[in-house]
Amino acid sequence: MSKTALKTTEAAPVAAGAGRAAVVAFPLPRPTLAETLAPKLRSVATAVVPPAIVLGLMLLVWEMLCSSPGASLPPPSQVVTDTWELIANPFYDAGGIDKGLGWHLLASLQRVALGYAFAVVFGVGLGVLVGQSQWAMRGLDPIFQVLRTVPPLAWLPLSLAAFRDGQPSAIFVIFITSVWPIIINTAVGIRNIPDDYRNVARVLRLNGFEYFHRIMIPAAAPYIFTGLRIGIGLSWLAIVAAEMLIGGVGIGFFIWDAWNSSMMSDIILALVYVGITGFLLDRIVALIANSITRGTAKS
Amino acid sequence: MSKAYLSIQQVDKTFTRGSASTNVLKSISLDVDKGEYISIIGHSGCGKSTLLNIVAGLTDATTGVVFLEGEVVDQPGPDRAVVFQNHSLLPWLTVYENVALAVDKVFRKTRSKAERHEWTMRNLELVHMGHAKDKRPAEISGGMKQRVGIARALAMEPKVLLLDEPFGALDALTRAHLQDQVMQIHQTLGNTVLMITHDVDEAVLLSDRIVMLTNGPSARIGEVLDVPLARPRRRLDLVTDPTYLRCRSAVLKFLYERNRFVEAA
Ligand SMILES: Nc1ncnc2c1ncn2[C@@H]1O[C@H](COP(=O)(O)OP(=O)(O)OP(=O)(O)O)[C@@H](O)[C@H]1O
Ligand SMILES: [Mg+2]
Repeated sequence: MSKTALKTTEAAPVAAGAGRAAVVAFPLPRPTLAETLAPKLRSVATAVVPPAIVLGLMLLVWEMLCSSPGASLPPPSQVVTDTWELIANPFYDAGGIDKGLGWHLLASLQRVALGYAFAVVFGVGLGVLVGQSQWAMRGLDPIFQVLRTVPPLAWLPLSLAAFRDGQPSAIFVIFITSVWPIIINTAVGIRNIPDDYRNVARVLRLNGFEYFHRIMIPAAAPYIFTGLRIGIGLSWLAIVAAEMLIGGVGIGFFIWDAWNSSMMSDIILALVYVGITGFLLDRIVALIANSITRGTAKS
Repeated sequence: MSKAYLSIQQVDKTFTRGSASTNVLKSISLDVDKGEYISIIGHSGCGKSTLLNIVAGLTDATTGVVFLEGEVVDQPGPDRAVVFQNHSLLPWLTVYENVALAVDKVFRKTRSKAERHEWTMRNLELVHMGHAKDKRPAEISGGMKQRVGIARALAMEPKVLLLDEPFGALDALTRAHLQDQVMQIHQTLGNTVLMITHDVDEAVLLSDRIVMLTNGPSARIGEVLDVPLARPRRRLDLVTDPTYLRCRSAVLKFLYERNRFVEAA
């Protein structure tokens, strides 16, 4: 009864609003293509236009600063003309390490994929263990906190000594760099599973495996993915540095090689590629996280 | 050992943290018959949830025992389904999956897949939530969540249904509606129910007996009140019923005169 009363009072001002309101109530004329596209275009524009403007301004300033004959770095226009060969042929292969930037990036990505995959499996596994057990937490957490502050490259000599080969050493550096945030975040996620969920599992008498995959992993997923995102970012940071030292095909060594032959434009182009690839890697992990943890937001 | 269906005997609970210890419950004894609807009422923090958790097996009593059908309760299990104070649905599962998780676990060996699906749907329909079966907890209202929590508990076919302030966080209209539903379910299925509440009217309307706890620390059972009202009960008829009014004022007297709420220091 009170509901109807409410409705009539709400309806009154609409009716008083005359003609316009009446039109809305009847079947709408089908929106034209322009009308449906306009909002989408607008949202794309708000996302793209501001960074495009800033980027344009930065290039302009750079161009002006470096255009004088005595400048130590090339201006953007010079970079593009110098490296046009590289931009146009990302996948040429002239043997040895004389390959297109696409090949170098792929080689680096492959190392990252391997090292990161090990880190995910090992990190989530160990994180679950540490999060589950009070004793494992007390024993291992301080050690992790110390080890995670060791810079990635500091591990390289040790792993070169152990593996006696550049390739596995680089993969190991990726692994050891990205594994800590994965372990620590997974452990925190497991420890933060609300008692309510544990109690539900206990009342239902879920066994260890059921508890693991029905409660533990989904409940900790947001934390685990935070660790995975930090991990992939660190992996990419580490690979470029590691490759500079181990040599061979890879974007890191490409940069080092370009520096040795004083090809500044090549370095700048490689840096742009490194940045974009790192950004894409982060977005991919974020997208996977979003699609998997959609329902996990606290209700 | 008593012959009651559910028997709580001399239960004490003391929480200890380091050197500090607080005695929350003191010598709680209560016998509940099969099919009885019992309310536990008391001021906030007196130990109602603790008592319910002990019956559920989620918390161990410091001393004393709980028997269900002559067997000692020493761990949680689906024969004592709990509707938690804050619904605790799993947010990554849909409404249907939340109930199905319980049904599949409890009846995996005894019922076919089709039967389990049918049973899950039946329980959702029982609380009128069949239409929202594919929604996630974040997408439904508080009252709807509470209903799904009740459906999940009922679907386990528990011997005892344990409700921890099941209608606590709801508005008056939704609350009345859900109370009627629970009353109806109790009427048709004949469950044994232990319900915690803060609400005097709710306690009198739903219960066969009302257990009143004194203020903590060391809360005891201060009084047990029989509610000799015939079932089915209709809320509107009861408003002027002398028995209803007498029970109501007895509980109010207990809560507000003899055991006025004292803020713990
Ligand atoms: N795990 C615990 N450790 C220490 N003290 C606890 C613990 N759980 C509960 N208590 C204490 O026991 C007392 C009773 O808590 P309980 O949750 O049973 O109260 P309640 O009657 O359910 O209150 P409310 O009506 O507010 O839900 C409180 O004083 C609380 O601080
Ligand atoms: Mg409580």
